[in-house]
Amino acid sequence: MTATITPKTVQESPSITANARGYVERVRGGDMGALPAVFGLVVLCTVFAILRPAFLTSGNFANLLTQGAAVTVIAMGLVFVLLLGEIDLSAGFASGVCAAILAIMLSGQGLPWYVAVGAAILAGVVIGTTIGSIVAKLGIPSFVVTLAAFLAFQGLVLLLVKGGTIIAIRDETILSISNKNLPPTLGWILLAVGVAAYAGLQLTRARKRASRGLTSDPISLIAVRVGALALFGGIAMYFLNIERSRNAAVVSLAGVPLVVPVIVVLLLILTFLLRRTAYGRHLYAVGGNAEAARRAGINVDRMKISAFVICSSMAAIGGIIAASRASSVDPNTGGSNVLLYAVGAAVIGGTSLFGGKGRVLDAILGGAVVAVIENGMGLMGYSSGVKYMVTGSVLLLAAMVDALSRKRAAATGLR
Amino acid sequence: MTPALELRGIDKSFGPVQVLHDVSLSAYPGEVTALVGDNGAGKSTLVKCVGGIHSIDSGEYFFDGKAVQIGSPRDAADLGIEIVYQDLALCDNLDIVQNMFLGREHKRGIVLDEDTMEEMAARTLESLSVRTVKSIRQLVASLSGGQRQTVAIAKAVLWNSKVVILDEPTAALGVAQTAQVLELVRRLADQGLAVVLISHNMNDVFAVSDRIATLYLGRMAAQVKTSDVTHAQVVELITSGRSGDLGLTNGVTV
Repeated sequence: MTATITPKTVQESPSITANARGYVERVRGGDMGALPAVFGLVVLCTVFAILRPAFLTSGNFANLLTQGAAVTVIAMGLVFVLLLGEIDLSAGFASGVCAAILAIMLSGQGLPWYVAVGAAILAGVVIGTTIGSIVAKLGIPSFVVTLAAFLAFQGLVLLLVKGGTIIAIRDETILSISNKNLPPTLGWILLAVGVAAYAGLQLTRARKRASRGLTSDPISLIAVRVGALALFGGIAMYFLNIERSRNAAVVSLAGVPLVVPVIVVLLLILTFLLRRTAYGRHLYAVGGNAEAARRAGINVDRMKISAFVICSSMAAIGGIIAASRASSVDPNTGGSNVLLYAVGAAVIGGTSLFGGKGRVLDAILGGAVVAVIENGMGLMGYSSGVKYMVTGSVLLLAAMVDALSRKRAAATGLR
Repeated sequence: MTPALELRGIDKSFGPVQVLHDVSLSAYPGEVTALVGDNGAGKSTLVKCVGGIHSIDSGEYFFDGKAVQIGSPRDAADLGIEIVYQDLALCDNLDIVQNMFLGREHKRGIVLDEDTMEEMAARTLESLSVRTVKSIRQLVASLSGGQRQTVAIAKAVLWNSKVVILDEPTAALGVAQTAQVLELVRRLADQGLAVVLISHNMNDVFAVSDRIATLYLGRMAAQVKTSDVTHAQVVELITSGRSGDLGLTNGVTV
C-alpha cells in the first residue's frame, strides 16, 4: 500500500508481493494476529502425529472436533466481551445453567426440542442482560461481577439438577448435534457451494472497488485465498468422509460431524456482525477508546450490555452442544475447566485481553489448539493433572505473546 | 458581514463559582479567530458552552444571524459546529476512514458502505491538500502527532460544517508538524469556514489569526483585529486584562 491519495485517477492495485511485504511488516511490527495459533497448531499436530499415529486417524479427527466444539462456541462469544477490554468469568457456568434448563424442559417437562433450545438461549440473553447492566450502569469491574456470577451459577446448576443427579437427554434432534454426521455427498456439495460463494464474493468486491478507483486485492491473492480454502476444506472433508465405524455394515460412521456446519454458520453470522455492520465498528471503537466512542455519539453502556448478551447467548449454545455430546446434564456441565479453556481459546487465537483487537475466527483457531492439546495428551496417556498444567502454560504463553506484541506495536507505532 | 457564530452576554456558573461573566464572541466566515487567555480564564468552558456540552445560564447564541438554542452536542453538530478537542478522540485500533466516520457511518441496508466512505474521506483529505498520509486505510496508531491532528480536523470538516473550533491543536507538536497544522487551519478559513483557534502560543496566533479574542478571569477583555495589535499588547491583555485603551476598565465588578 504505497499509493498516495489521488482519488481522481484510478489507483494501481498493489501486487501480491506488495501485499505479502505489507503482511510481513505488520507481523514484525507486533501485529501477529492468528500467526502464533496457526504455528502452534502445526507444531502440536506434527508432534502428536509422530508420537501417536492414532492421532492422525479419521476417527480421532472427528472426535477432536466434537470434543472442542462447546469450548470453541463459548470462546466465540467471549471475543465480544474481550473486544471491550472486559471479561466474563461466568460464561462456563452460564452454559451449564442453560444446559440444565434445556435438559429439564426436554426430560422433565417433555417439551419439544425447539421450545427447550429457545428457552435455553433466552436464559442466556437474560443472564447477559443482567451482568451487562450491572457492569455498565453501576460501573463495577466485570471481573468482580462475573466472578460473583460464576459462584452463583455454580449453585444454580446444582439446584436445577436437584443436588447432583444426572438428567439424561433422549431427544433425537439435540443428540444428533454432537453425535450425527453430514452425509458425505452433502458435505462435498456444501463445501463446493461455500468455496464458490467465497470466490464470487471476493471477486465482485475487488471488481467493484477497482471500478470506483479504489485499491483492491489483486486477482492472484484472491486465487491463493480461495485455493487455500478449497485445499484445506477438501483435505478435511476427505478425511472425515472415510468410514470410521469398526463395523460399517451394522452402523455407518462417516461424514462431517453436524457441529461443524453449526460452528461455521455461527462464525459467518458473527464475523458479518463485527466486520460489516456499524454495530461491529462501534464495538471495536469502544474497545479502542471508549471516550472517543462516546464523543462520536455511541452509547457505550448499550454496547457493553449487548456484548455480554451475545457472550451469554453463545454460552447457552455452547451448553446445548455440551449437553448433546454428553447426552446428559450434571452439576459439572460447564464447570471445571470449560471457562478457562474458553478464555484460553480466545486469547491463544490472538484476541487481546486489553480490548480493541480480535476476531471470531481467532476463537476457532485457539479452540482448535486447546482441543488438540487435550486430545493429543489424552492419547499419550497423561493424567488430567499434566493436561491442566500444559494448557495453563499455553494460556500464559498466549497472554505473554499478546502483551509483548502490544509493547512492540507501541514501539513501532502499529497496533 | 454577519458572524457565523455570535455569542452575547454569556454567563456560566458551576455551583457558587461563576466561570464566565457577560462574555461576547464573534467568529466570521473565512476568518480565523484566535481565543487566548491564561490558564483558568474560561476558554475551555466557553468552547464547551458553544459545543452544547455545558448549558449556558444566560445570554444569547446566534448562528448565521439567527438566535438558536443549543441543548446538546448533537444540536451543535446539526447546525454545523464541530469541535476538535485537545485529546483527539480518535481510536488507535481503527483506520483513518473508520475514525472519520465513527458514529456516522454510511450504510446500505445494515451493511457498511465502505467504498463510499473511503471515497468521501479521500476527497476531504484531498480538498485540504493533505498528502502526508500514505494510505487512508492505515491504522491511526501508526500516525504521527501532526497526522493525527490532521485526521481529527478532516473529521470535523467532513460534515459540511460551518464553524470549526480547535482546542490547542499544536500543543503537542514539533516545529515542522506545527507549521503543517497551522497551514491547514489557514486553508480551512480560506475555504470559507469560521475557525476558532484556542492557543497559548503567540507565534501561532499571530501566524494564522485574523482576530484575537482575549479572555481574562472569565471576562472578554477585548476582541480585536490581529493587524491592530502587537505581540506585547496581547500578552498584557492575557496577563492583566487591559493594555492602554484596550481591555477591561479598572474596578470592573460582577
